[in-house]
Amino acid sequence: MHLYELPMIFVLIGLVFYVVLAGADFGAGFWQLFSGRGARGASMREHAHHAMAPVWEANHVWLIFVLTVTWTAYPTAFGSIASTLSVPLFIAAIGIILRGASYALRAGTATAREQRSSDTVFALSSILTPFALGTMIGAIAARRVPVGNAAGNTFSSWTGPISILVGVLAVAACAYLAAVFLAADARRAATRDPSERHLEAAFRARALAAGVLAGAVAIAGIFVLRSDAYALYHRLLHSGALAALIVSILAGAGTLVLVWRRHFEAARYSAALAVAGVVAGWAIAQYPLLLPGLTVRQAAAPHDTLVAVVISVLAGAVILFPSLALLFRLVLRGHLEHGADRSATAPPRAIGLLSASAHGLLARLAGACVLAGFGLLTIAEAGWAHAVGVLALLAFIVCGSFALVLSHYGSV
Amino acid sequence: MTPVHQAYLLQARQMQALSFMVHIPLVSFGIAFPAMILLVEWLYLRSGDQLYRTIARRWTRVMAALFAIGVITGTILSFEMGLLWPAFTSTFGGVFGLGFAIEGFSFFTEAIFIGIYIYGWDRLSPRMHFLSGIPIAIAGMTGSLTVISVNAWMNHPSGFRLVDGKAVAVHPFSALFTNSFLWPELVHMYIAGYMVTGFLIAGAYAIAMLRGRWSRYERTALTIPLTIATLASPVEVLIGDWVGRAVATAQPIKLAALEGLAKTTRGAPEHLLGWYTEGQVKYGIAIPKLLSLLAFHNPNAVVRGLDTVPVDRQPPINVVRVAFQLMVAIGSLLALLGVVYLFVRIARRRLPESVWFYRAVALAGPASVVALIAGWVVTEVGRQPWVVYQVMLTNEAVTGASGIPVGYATLVVVYVGVLAGVVWILRRLARIPMERSADTAAGRTADSPQPAV
Ligand code: HDD
Ligand code: HEM
Ligand code: HEM
Repeated sequence: MHLYELPMIFVLIGLVFYVVLAGADFGAGFWQLFSGRGARGASMREHAHHAMAPVWEANHVWLIFVLTVTWTAYPTAFGSIASTLSVPLFIAAIGIILRGASYALRAGTATAREQRSSDTVFALSSILTPFALGTMIGAIAARRVPVGNAAGNTFSSWTGPISILVGVLAVAACAYLAAVFLAADARRAATRDPSERHLEAAFRARALAAGVLAGAVAIAGIFVLRSDAYALYHRLLHSGALAALIVSILAGAGTLVLVWRRHFEAARYSAALAVAGVVAGWAIAQYPLLLPGLTVRQAAAPHDTLVAVVISVLAGAVILFPSLALLFRLVLRGHLEHGADRSATAPPRAIGLLSASAHGLLARLAGACVLAGFGLLTIAEAGWAHAVGVLALLAFIVCGSFALVLSHYGSV
Repeated sequence: MTPVHQAYLLQARQMQALSFMVHIPLVSFGIAFPAMILLVEWLYLRSGDQLYRTIARRWTRVMAALFAIGVITGTILSFEMGLLWPAFTSTFGGVFGLGFAIEGFSFFTEAIFIGIYIYGWDRLSPRMHFLSGIPIAIAGMTGSLTVISVNAWMNHPSGFRLVDGKAVAVHPFSALFTNSFLWPELVHMYIAGYMVTGFLIAGAYAIAMLRGRWSRYERTALTIPLTIATLASPVEVLIGDWVGRAVATAQPIKLAALEGLAKTTRGAPEHLLGWYTEGQVKYGIAIPKLLSLLAFHNPNAVVRGLDTVPVDRQPPINVVRVAFQLMVAIGSLLALLGVVYLFVRIARRRLPESVWFYRAVALAGPASVVALIAGWVVTEVGRQPWVVYQVMLTNEAVTGASGIPVGYATLVVVYVGVLAGVVWILRRLARIPMERSADTAAGRTADSPQPAV
């Protein structure tokens, strides 16, 4: 393992997380379109919406992670990809705006009609975005992105057979992942509210259908790959990539069996493994080339940057993973669920705010801080004086706010 | 990457500017709102008074909607690093990219805990719920730290050498975080975030007051953000002066553009208002020696003029100058408003009573947004024609892809729709019926229409 490969590993791990987690959110949008009419359809849409509500923002950040690590550690590759593939990237951007906006607006919808139209925009953009991002992956795999500022073709670079195929595969995979996750959530919801029992069966059927479809697209993909990108095809079948693909196929088939037998929780993980297998297979087959004529090593940023990225990502992971674990634990246990009103909220015991003397002290402290801050920041010249002065001014805002807010409380 | 010709450079710049103008007011809420909501929740925990709980819950709904829009507009900005400025990112991604990579972890933290916080009301214990909000407030701070570190680096670049168009000998940590420009810029933006959030929220209740709704709920929900914003306003003037001195040393040409100073001058005057043409400020009010005094704390200091660089290395002077004067004017008026409020609160121990005060508060929110955007115009347009000051020109950074006007037009349409949506949702959220029972339960209702405090 070389230093210049490490950030690429991070990028690929980020990509797997993005596909698995955000993919399921996109898929939840997909199922908004195919949930049927009437009360049952409405309850399916409601379920899909609430299942992703607490997590979609966190899941979306994996995309930001992939982008920022790529442009820091492999800047030339990032610039080449983004400029040649500007059209699908922009389409994905618009999809992301519409999706986030329709999500945010749903909280304000009052009538079924408003809700329906917000769900429709949400669903269409949830299909558009993974498709556009998929075509970009296809374009890179098919080596249609040359090095340089918009050096490739604006359209034909991402409209080739592989691009379309990966785009469709991305949508199918999202639908599949979402159905598996939603079926698991539905089972939990049904233990609380038996009227929701039909949801589990509905999402199970959809998971099976989408799984078969995604598998069929993937198999068709092998033939497309053979005719459209023979080099990649060849390497996929003749290196460690094959092992990864086999793992993926087994995991994919295993997921179907698990869903069939209603082991939804286990199916979540095997579905994730199937995705990881495809990404790993692709990466191994393409290595060491990132873009035509540009190896990972050539694309890598200078040494100090790579060290800084690795340190930052590892340090960030120490905060990230425990936080993510907390979020998903709360979600999976249903603690954040719609209607899961546990009312652990006996009103707190009043402790009282602040004594009058503490209060007067705060006010005087604020006064002292503002005078000191003015003197040190605005009149004094030294750098250290400025630093202390700024801190004093910030302390003035904090102390002053507490003093005045608490005195307001006393007076109303 | 070799530079390309881009016929639509101006449109690319405008598209970038548009994206920022939408994102930055929203992230002001990301910076300040979590802390304000936590303050209110803390008051609830300490006092047990349901009113505070009602306020915190209602604000949480607003925060949730604005956060979602902040996330997507920010995502567009990161796409634009590749869509619009791939040559900039290709050349310097290795230098500044780290800032955004670290920022990514702030976003993770923010997004994770905001999910817990929003959906955890009623479902977590009050203490746990309060604690789950703290990482959000911290992440808002670190997120702006890292993104501002990138902007400060663009304005005052260091930590690399340029050899044959490639950045070598790169030291990303020192480039981003030991930059003297970072701290003034960060503190100025951070306080601006509190002003924008505080005045906008307070303004909503000032409007309610003007329309005759003035119960204990409105009074309390106005007082808290207004107190914070009015304390921040005078401080922002002092910090702005500090930023100005940093600009004077690091970017003399930007300073000259701010003031419309054509020739290098000893004891330079400051012009209020006016318009820059043919090498001088016309119709302005000149105050002798003030510029030298403000910029260098010395009435006889020499200030560099625009004539020290060729015309094609000067920023558009009037854009920068008008934006600067607008910001300073608004900043001074808001500081005045702050002093009036603080005087009444401290000397008279009550809220101001004049309707004019509440009209001013209602205006202060939009005005602070104008100042915020004007400030960014000063920073970004004032740096032109450079994208990395004196290292890379904006026209060397731009994409070679076609279709910028199409993208720009599309984004305008989409953002107009998004803004309409934001207005719509905020009005809807404001109309959600109040948990009146909670308000009255505390037994301290004073529903008098007069601001009797
Ligand atoms: C509520 C908003 C607000 C208010 C009232 C002020 N500013 Fe400001 N200003 C900003 C919001 C802002 C900002 C957040 O938009 C900028 C853009 C970049 C930055 O760091 O802060 C800014 C930039 C900025 C710059 C340019 C920095 C650069 O080029 O990098 C200067 C010189 C000042 N400000 C000075 C002032 C002064 C002297 C003010 C006093 C009246 C003032 N600002 C009030
Ligand atoms: C990182 C790559 C960046 C590039 C390539 C870039 C470049 C530009 C350009 C070319 C403009 C248009 C200027 C004009 O219209 O004359 C602009 C505007 C702006 N930029 Fe930057 N910028 C970048 C980063 C930042 C960052 C990090 C910030 C803030 C943290 C920022 C804040 C702004 C704002 C607020 C505007 C609007 C100013 C206006 O109204 O023109 N930019 N930027
Ligand atoms: C080139 C400039 C910028 C880029 C690339 C950028 C990127 C982003 C991205 C991707 C997000 C979404 C994060 C998520 O998914 O949760 C975001 C949100 C945010 N950005 Fe920006 N941003 C830029 C400028 C700024 C500026 C000038 C500020 C203010 C100091 C800022 C502060 C924030 C904050 C606090 C959030 C959290 C979301 C919220 O609370 O609304 N960003 N930004």
